[in-house]
Amino acid sequence: MSNNKLLEIKEISIQFGGLKAVDRFSMDLESGELAGLIGPNGAGKTTVFNLLTGVYSPQTGSIDLEGQPIHRKKTFEISRLGIARTFQNIRLFKDLSVLDNILLGQHHRTQYGIWQVVLQTPGFQREEAQKKEEALELLKIFNLEKKQSAPAGALPYGEQRKLEILRALATKPKLLLLDEPAAGMNHSETTGLMEIISMIRERFNLTILLIEHDMKFVMKICEKIHVLDHGVKIAEGIPSYIQNHAEVIKAYLGTDEELH
Amino acid sequence: MMKSAPLISFVILALMGLMLDQFLNPYLQRTMALVLVNIILAMSLNLVNGYTGQFSLGHAGFMAIGAYTSAYLSTHWVAPAAIVPHLLFFIFYSLVSGCFAAIAGWLVGQPSLRLKGDYLAIVTLGFGEIIRVIILNSSALGGARGYFGIPGPSPISFGGLALNAFYSFYLVAILWVLTCFFVIYRTISSTHGRAFMSIREDEIAADSLGIHTTRVKVKSFVLSSFFAGVAGSLFSHCMNFIAPSTFSMLMSINVVIMVVLGGMGSMTGPILAAVIISVLPEALRPLQELTGQDYRMVIYSLILIVLMLVRPQGLLGHKEIWNFWRKTRVE
Amino acid sequence: MNEFIQHIINGISMGAIYALIALGYTMVYGILQFINFAHADIYMVGAFASYYLARFFQLGEHPHWSWFFIALGLSTLVCALLGFAIEKIAYRPLRKSPKLNILITAIGVSLFLEYAGQLLFGVDPKLFPPLLTESVLFSIGGINVMSLDVIILGISILAMFVLHRVVYHSKLGKAMRAVSQNSTVAAMLGISIDRVISFTFILGSSLAGIAAVLVGMRYPKIEPMMGMLMGTKAFVAAVLGGIGSLPGAVLGGLIMGLSEEMVVGYLQSTYRDALSFGILIVILIFKPTGLLGTKRIEKV
Repeated sequence: MSNNKLLEIKEISIQFGGLKAVDRFSMDLESGELAGLIGPNGAGKTTVFNLLTGVYSPQTGSIDLEGQPIHRKKTFEISRLGIARTFQNIRLFKDLSVLDNILLGQHHRTQYGIWQVVLQTPGFQREEAQKKEEALELLKIFNLEKKQSAPAGALPYGEQRKLEILRALATKPKLLLLDEPAAGMNHSETTGLMEIISMIRERFNLTILLIEHDMKFVMKICEKIHVLDHGVKIAEGIPSYIQNHAEVIKAYLGTDEELH
Repeated sequence: MMKSAPLISFVILALMGLMLDQFLNPYLQRTMALVLVNIILAMSLNLVNGYTGQFSLGHAGFMAIGAYTSAYLSTHWVAPAAIVPHLLFFIFYSLVSGCFAAIAGWLVGQPSLRLKGDYLAIVTLGFGEIIRVIILNSSALGGARGYFGIPGPSPISFGGLALNAFYSFYLVAILWVLTCFFVIYRTISSTHGRAFMSIREDEIAADSLGIHTTRVKVKSFVLSSFFAGVAGSLFSHCMNFIAPSTFSMLMSINVVIMVVLGGMGSMTGPILAAVIISVLPEALRPLQELTGQDYRMVIYSLILIVLMLVRPQGLLGHKEIWNFWRKTRVE
Repeated sequence: MNEFIQHIINGISMGAIYALIALGYTMVYGILQFINFAHADIYMVGAFASYYLARFFQLGEHPHWSWFFIALGLSTLVCALLGFAIEKIAYRPLRKSPKLNILITAIGVSLFLEYAGQLLFGVDPKLFPPLLTESVLFSIGGINVMSLDVIILGISILAMFVLHRVVYHSKLGKAMRAVSQNSTVAAMLGISIDRVISFTFILGSSLAGIAAVLVGMRYPKIEPMMGMLMGTKAFVAAVLGGIGSLPGAVLGGLIMGLSEEMVVGYLQSTYRDALSFGILIVILIFKPTGLLGTKRIEKV
């Protein structure tokens, strides 16, 4: 057992009505790891993300982040402790500018109070300028700095996905959860995204867990893969092991998705 | 935004007021005073309904708290005659009124802002009504008969120039209009205002970024209630008489109409709409005299329905008056 | 003790009326997730329709059973048509727009009906003519059971029974329930959402029409603003019972009627109208789903 365990999920379950969406799911993430969470449609992958981020509370089990239990905490508290996410159906602040979206990721690290804003104190102006500079630095990662004042909803789909990742990064997370980052992207965009994910992992010292349906993408980029089916974890391991795992193949049989 | 902009605009408006004071008849002056009160109401409700995306129908309740606080204070703690302390007293009355309304806003906001959409509308409506019923049953505040004899600011004589009571009121009122405008305008271009808007755009996403959404909503609500209280205070000194029936649900809806008509999430839109809605009854007066019927509310309600069908973003949408101005200049 | 039982009887008969109107709120909410602010004003129009019918034929002078049912039928018909029209004209074009817009429209429609009503019918309250002669039906130990209370309760129960049959045993009723569970899936299965929504409005508004005549007979003063207070109370009843739940609306209505009667009987009547809001606030803070409601899971 390694000591630098970042996240420890123990036997979490949640049930909606009579349906067990996630059933005694366990998973560990090492610090700095890039892991994938896969499974057929409706397997409960996004529900796991929602449990990790406090959108839902697990009915049983526990989740520890750096040894600290977080499964009873609220979403905003968990975010402040260092888990950031993107959403399957992009949830940007569409009417706000690209820059404002990033600045909102920095909101809880912003110190100045309303009084300072009203009086336009030097302290407020200094901090606001500094936050904007930081935000622009982030935008440069995806070459979005030229579009900083466009409304986020006006960006093309691929750029919206990228902006959402940047917004999550602006919260300075330890763990980044990406919900289908490559969805709706073409082949070359996907290749570009792979490079960028590796790059941000290095640069921001991140642990990443991603949900993805593009198997080529997952197999290529992830070091470890966890497979969910009907809310139950059926396998975990390195990509080559998962690709040949009998139960995984069975779970995917009859679906349109391909493992190879 | 220039740091001295508030001061400059105050001086300009104060000078304009001198003309209004000399040339407007008392009847129009009273309309003007109500326009200023309505502008504060519209701007402050817009903070909650427009920028934060929460639907409050209880603005009249907070206004009532401000109005009654101010009425009580000004009749029990009379302002001195000397001109500067005199005006300072009236500013002080409205400040205290605003604070009382803000406290009420905090108490109401804490539990109810966890609710969404329609529920929030109904609960705020309910709180507004409860505040009214409490006043109705309180004899110290005049009960159903209302509160009489609320003083307004006195006339000023300044060197050789004698100014009406209107001008004293006007000075206090524009001070608050500008305060309200600049507080909101500056706030929305800071992280606090962005947090308000993030809740309007997508509360779940805001939550996921570590934004304490309930606290942010309460903040917006408290700020909004504060200015509603201030507006109530000014209203009481302008009318000299207030009654619980003044602050009914209709008053709240009136303010909602201003915000919706002007454009939720625009600074200048609701101001424009506040002017239109305050002046409209005067414009409709001939029709009313001709037919002997009051069509005002029927027209308002039709405006609401048609607006939602045809132009749900209101007159200005998220834009400002000066956006249109610049556009035409560039072309 | 006698007084207490008298209050109970009054409370139940008023509660039944609240329940009829609450059902309309809860049905629309179940399907569209929005509060039809205009619902109680539809009820007001129903009351005026039967008032003018009664005045035109001078029914008040010789009360008779058949008149009562004709008034009931007319009011129901007028309300059903009005509900149908409002949905079609004002709400349907906005179905895809933000919730806030529909809410504002609903407030607009409500105000329009109220103030157009003031123009048409006049501001002053009108006296609703007695359609039936009121008599003491029977009395037990000094408690008079009035015929009116029994009629109100009987008609309400009958209406609720019919509603129950329609919702749980007819084809449209099943479609209605399917849409309220999941409208996207229902649409995929070939259910016409538009028809179901129209039907819901017709059904809910008809109940309001029935309530209108019953209230008119019990509290014979009618005026264009009468919907406002009735609306908030019935809405609170719906929330209390759990909005979206039909049995909840009935339960909520009864609790509402009874507790109001108790406040009037044993506390101060000026607080009666604030009571509903008090109940509402307590419910929403401690049990937002209401007594019989279920929680909706928000999709992320």
